[in-house]
Amino acid sequence: MISIALVLVLDGVAKRYGEATVLHPTSLSLGRGERVALIGPSGSGKSTLLRMVLGLIEADAGRVLFDGVEVRPSTAQAVRRRCGYVIQDGGLFPHLTAGGNVTLVARRLGWTAARIDERLGALLALVRLERDLLARYPHQLSGGQRQRVGIMRALMLDPEALLFDEPMAALDPMVRAELQDDLLAIIARLAKTVLLVTHDLAEAALLCQRLALLHEGRIVQAGAAWELVERPATPFVSAFVSAQRAFVPPRPPSPEAPAA
Amino acid sequence: MKWAASAITLLGWIGLATTAHAGTLRIGSKRFTESMILAEIAVRTARATGESRVEHVEGLGGTAIVLAAIEQGAIDVYPEYTGSLKESLLHDVRAGDADLARTLASRGLGITATLGFENAYALAMKRERALSLHVTRLSDLATHPELRVALSNEFVGRSDGWSGLRAAYGLEGLAPRGMDHGLAYVAVESGAADVTDAYTTDAALARLDLITLADDRHFFPTYLAIFVYRLAARISFPRSFAAIEGLTGCIDAATMTRLNAEAEVQRLAPADIAAGFLGAAATGPAARPSLLRGMGEVILQHGPRHLLLVFLATFFAVLAGVPLGILAARSRVAGGALLTAAGLVQTIPSLALLCFAIPVLGVGALPAMVALFVYGLLPIAGNTLAGLRAIPLALREAAEALGLSPLDLLMRVELPMAAPVILTGIKTSTITAVGTATIAAFIGAGGFGEPISTGLNLNDTRMILEGAVPAALLALLVQGVFAVVERRLVPPGLR
Repeated sequence: MISIALVLVLDGVAKRYGEATVLHPTSLSLGRGERVALIGPSGSGKSTLLRMVLGLIEADAGRVLFDGVEVRPSTAQAVRRRCGYVIQDGGLFPHLTAGGNVTLVARRLGWTAARIDERLGALLALVRLERDLLARYPHQLSGGQRQRVGIMRALMLDPEALLFDEPMAALDPMVRAELQDDLLAIIARLAKTVLLVTHDLAEAALLCQRLALLHEGRIVQAGAAWELVERPATPFVSAFVSAQRAFVPPRPPSPEAPAA
Repeated sequence: MKWAASAITLLGWIGLATTAHAGTLRIGSKRFTESMILAEIAVRTARATGESRVEHVEGLGGTAIVLAAIEQGAIDVYPEYTGSLKESLLHDVRAGDADLARTLASRGLGITATLGFENAYALAMKRERALSLHVTRLSDLATHPELRVALSNEFVGRSDGWSGLRAAYGLEGLAPRGMDHGLAYVAVESGAADVTDAYTTDAALARLDLITLADDRHFFPTYLAIFVYRLAARISFPRSFAAIEGLTGCIDAATMTRLNAEAEVQRLAPADIAAGFLGAAATGPAARPSLLRGMGEVILQHGPRHLLLVFLATFFAVLAGVPLGILAARSRVAGGALLTAAGLVQTIPSLALLCFAIPVLGVGALPAMVALFVYGLLPIAGNTLAGLRAIPLALREAAEALGLSPLDLLMRVELPMAAPVILTGIKTSTITAVGTATIAAFIGAGGFGEPISTGLNLNDTRMILEGAVPAALLALLVQGVFAVVERRLVPPGLR
């Protein structure tokens, strides 16, 4: 039985390419407003799982339900319009200006200029961008600006869920930290359901309440960040956790210390 | 879509212009001087009866093309040689006349009696040299092993050329040298050689004062000049045909040689030569304009037709090629098959493709345009496919994830992103069409190829340049236009 409070249900979905199994039967559900991070090393199947939600990849087995509707080729278009999708480096179309990217679907849906303009104003304030940047082409923007425009595009139709696939991967550490803070503010304020794919445990812990750690096509542990750190379910979980190093600067040599 | 409709209308108009009008007698010619002069003579003769409109369909390529044109009804009469007909229709240049007549009749064709001369192979010598040695027949050569023989490479290579001739006349004592035909004439003219091969009505015979040696053992096949006609046309235009048949026996080899020389040495137009032959007032030697002037005239006269051929062919190639490329990007199997087919067509030599088109489409602009269209297809479809495939998967997915309709996805994201590559394909296709369209003149499509192929047949470099230079300039112009179009059409984000 599926409660209506569950926005997103992945029910035993699996995927294989020939001999290679990318995803063993996996289940996961998100309640309305819940924020879940899929973490794990490259090739663990987390990105496959995310793209199944949008019908970009069809599952070999199992099903995906979005707000009670099964995601199939016939329903995918409607589901996609209720989800915002943000990928690495913004995923902006190079032939359109930033504004053109953000408003593409709204224009095709016949929104009035006034409505589009009003929405743009709200989104610009949300992602803290100047309006004149909208006239620029993607290559004329910085990496951080491109990602902010990508977030605007994802939010344009005011979707119920936001799906992020490694959104910060291409950014340098300072820009990344700033954008992480802003993104946290945005999603906290909008109370959207969020599914985030990242290999950065700290980012996952910052942005999401619940984490699911994938390894070789299986969720090996799901829970709050502290649970993964304090109660690792398998040796792999503790290995993954300890691979995320804290920054501990080496101490300068003390003049009093005797020479070794 | 308005401009598509007008393009289709235009295409229909061209098609109409190239199909037969009832009540017009159409006389064809191959693309060389003698054929054009004979056709002009027939045109003027038929016109003089006042029976109907008479039109000269100039510039058809070789025997296969003209035969296809007359069988298809695109022309009604044209000058031909019996040997060429036997070779083309019976694959035996020495076949009997009765066999030929039967085959022609089965195709709805007939031939007149000979016009009075033969355009056969012959060996030629300077008149004074031949007379001083008393060499007038081919069999006389056997007794003069000291004679230096310079032959065209083609004649040396043909089985009915030197090797057959040597056996037939016992000429083993002579050692011929093979060279370019033009150079062989120069060698004879300068006295460096004594004997060369020639055609019996070659203008060079008159120009260099050569005589042909009599074929006393009848080695060379017969190439009697005749008119080929459609039997149906003969019934429709009885008075014209009576007049044309009145020409038989009226032109001897010396006369034909002189008429050819008027064209090739004095540079008279075939129409004027025909007029002169028929006793009408000739306009006298044509003053040739300067090369630059000549090019200007060629551009004005042939440019619009050339442009139209290229434009319409490319227009339809885009209309079909882009969807073909899209289909290929969607379905590997169907698209792959279509692209392979387009690639195969690309390997057919353009002249051969033009020949294939004649039985279906006749002669003139329409088959030429279809051939250009077919050639233009692959670069456009191939580049559309390449452009679509070059879109990164992540961006494709990002576009799909927006929930755009498949049509919007294609029109708003995929095609614009592939546009620079597609435009390059269209440019390649257009420039190729500018070049290939010059070959279309061989099937009477007009354009810059007209002076080029006429010039080739007359060995007239200047005339070739008058067509080739404008064609090259047009290719450069196309390149320039595309540079501007690219700047306009491709958004800054993709440059």
